[in-house]
Amino acid sequence: MNILRVAGPPLFIAAFMVLLWHAAVTLSGVQPFLMPGPLNVSSAIVANGATLAHAAGLTAVAAVLGLAASFVAGFLIAVSFSQSPIVERSLYPYAIFLQTVPIVAIAPLIVLWIGHGLPGVVAVSFIISLFPIIANTTAGLTRIDPDLLDLFRLYGASRVQTLLRLRVPHAIPSMLTGLRISCGLSVVGAIVGEFFAGYGTEDYGLGYLIILTNAQTKTPYLFASVLTSTALGLSFFALVSLLSRRALRRWGGANEPARA
Amino acid sequence: MSVTARGLAKEFPGPPAVPALSPLDLHIDAGEAVSVVGPSGCGKSTLLRLIAGLEAPTMGELEIGDEPVSIERGRATANLSYVLQDPTLLPWRNVHDNASLPLQLAHWPGSVIAEQASAALDLVGLGSEGRLYPHQLSGGMRMRVSIARALSSRPGLLLMDEPFGALDEISRQALNGELQRLWREQGFTLVFVTHSVQEAVFLGQRVIVLSPRPARMVSEHKVEFAFPRAPELRTSNEFSQLMRQVSKNLHGGTVP
Repeated sequence: MNILRVAGPPLFIAAFMVLLWHAAVTLSGVQPFLMPGPLNVSSAIVANGATLAHAAGLTAVAAVLGLAASFVAGFLIAVSFSQSPIVERSLYPYAIFLQTVPIVAIAPLIVLWIGHGLPGVVAVSFIISLFPIIANTTAGLTRIDPDLLDLFRLYGASRVQTLLRLRVPHAIPSMLTGLRISCGLSVVGAIVGEFFAGYGTEDYGLGYLIILTNAQTKTPYLFASVLTSTALGLSFFALVSLLSRRALRRWGGANEPARA
Repeated sequence: MSVTARGLAKEFPGPPAVPALSPLDLHIDAGEAVSVVGPSGCGKSTLLRLIAGLEAPTMGELEIGDEPVSIERGRATANLSYVLQDPTLLPWRNVHDNASLPLQLAHWPGSVIAEQASAALDLVGLGSEGRLYPHQLSGGMRMRVSIARALSSRPGLLLMDEPFGALDEISRQALNGELQRLWREQGFTLVFVTHSVQEAVFLGQRVIVLSPRPARMVSEHKVEFAFPRAPELRTSNEFSQLMRQVSKNLHGGTVP
């Protein structure tokens, strides 16, 4: 019942949009290679299902690896920021640089340096998803009620105890917020990376498939690839949201996570 | 544990420098209950933070027990606990683990931690609520957990900074009664900062009145009522009379 109430309205909108799309394409008589209708796209999905699934799998692996790497690296960087204000002041501007660099522009360079195949794609995904993790984790580790810090000082807590028993658990809601923002970005990063790097002649991810089908003007197939990419990003987001909701149950909304 | 301050003063460095506490002489006997009242922002908390070793004094000496508080180390070695207006519980820890915190930070053995945290929760009437999380508790219950945490290390000195200021009148009076019982049973020295004259007189054997910032001792009142003090004491004539005297000094000679 509950699922129907939550998912019903957006599904209704989706059905309506698909109908509208079908009507517009049919009535205008536009060529499928310019603007395929929902029927063209669904038959492209059926015809290329195996290739799409394989490509989605490769992209998912690259995105998961990129996200995991940025989670670990971002956490370590944020911990070093929380331990030394000087380190934070000197390096934080460069962390912002990660956020502002146009990833599409430097992706070919990264692929050139790191090489084709998985490592290059993971590197692009890593770079694009790093900043939200750093920013949110740093906020969670440092924006702590001064009374709590006093309490730890009063009871003689060491630096390590304050980090492990206060700062890190306090930062968990913010870390999960960072992860929710970054999980979508990691998929985008993997697809952008794949624009410039395949995994081999017969092995390619969604990004490469998008470039390939675009070049061959297989527009329904291109639409199918884009739809699969979107579905991949959405399922990533849903998975991370579910995990964070379960993990945050005991926080009970007492700590509002920081926003990026 | 006794507390002795000689010429204790604090000025926060500026510019402009802010004097928070004028040189203060104070002696509190071991096991005594002393209330400190003063207008908001007068430096009452600064006095407590100095005793707790959370701030270093600008001038003067401070002894807790027979040990001078070392300014260099920035914290008292004495076995003392501190309770604030905000219960400052850790939301990711359940009630029992919150009460265990001071003992864990001091690396006590696990079996002793579990036993003393449970004992402290029993003292505040939350012995069977150990598995609950802070967000599942009312304000008064959270304050009880905060008090249990403070008592888990069996401190010789308990510092309280307007602990019941955010609670409703009913919870506040109930906790006043419980705090009095705990003080009598546990034998710690109690320094209780409040801006409620009634609370100060009800809990203290002695009430110290501070002036507006920078805090200076205006007067000291002995409170002779015998313990245990019943809640009805608050409505007696003698009690009102003493409250009037304290209020008079608190407001610089005029009764509001």
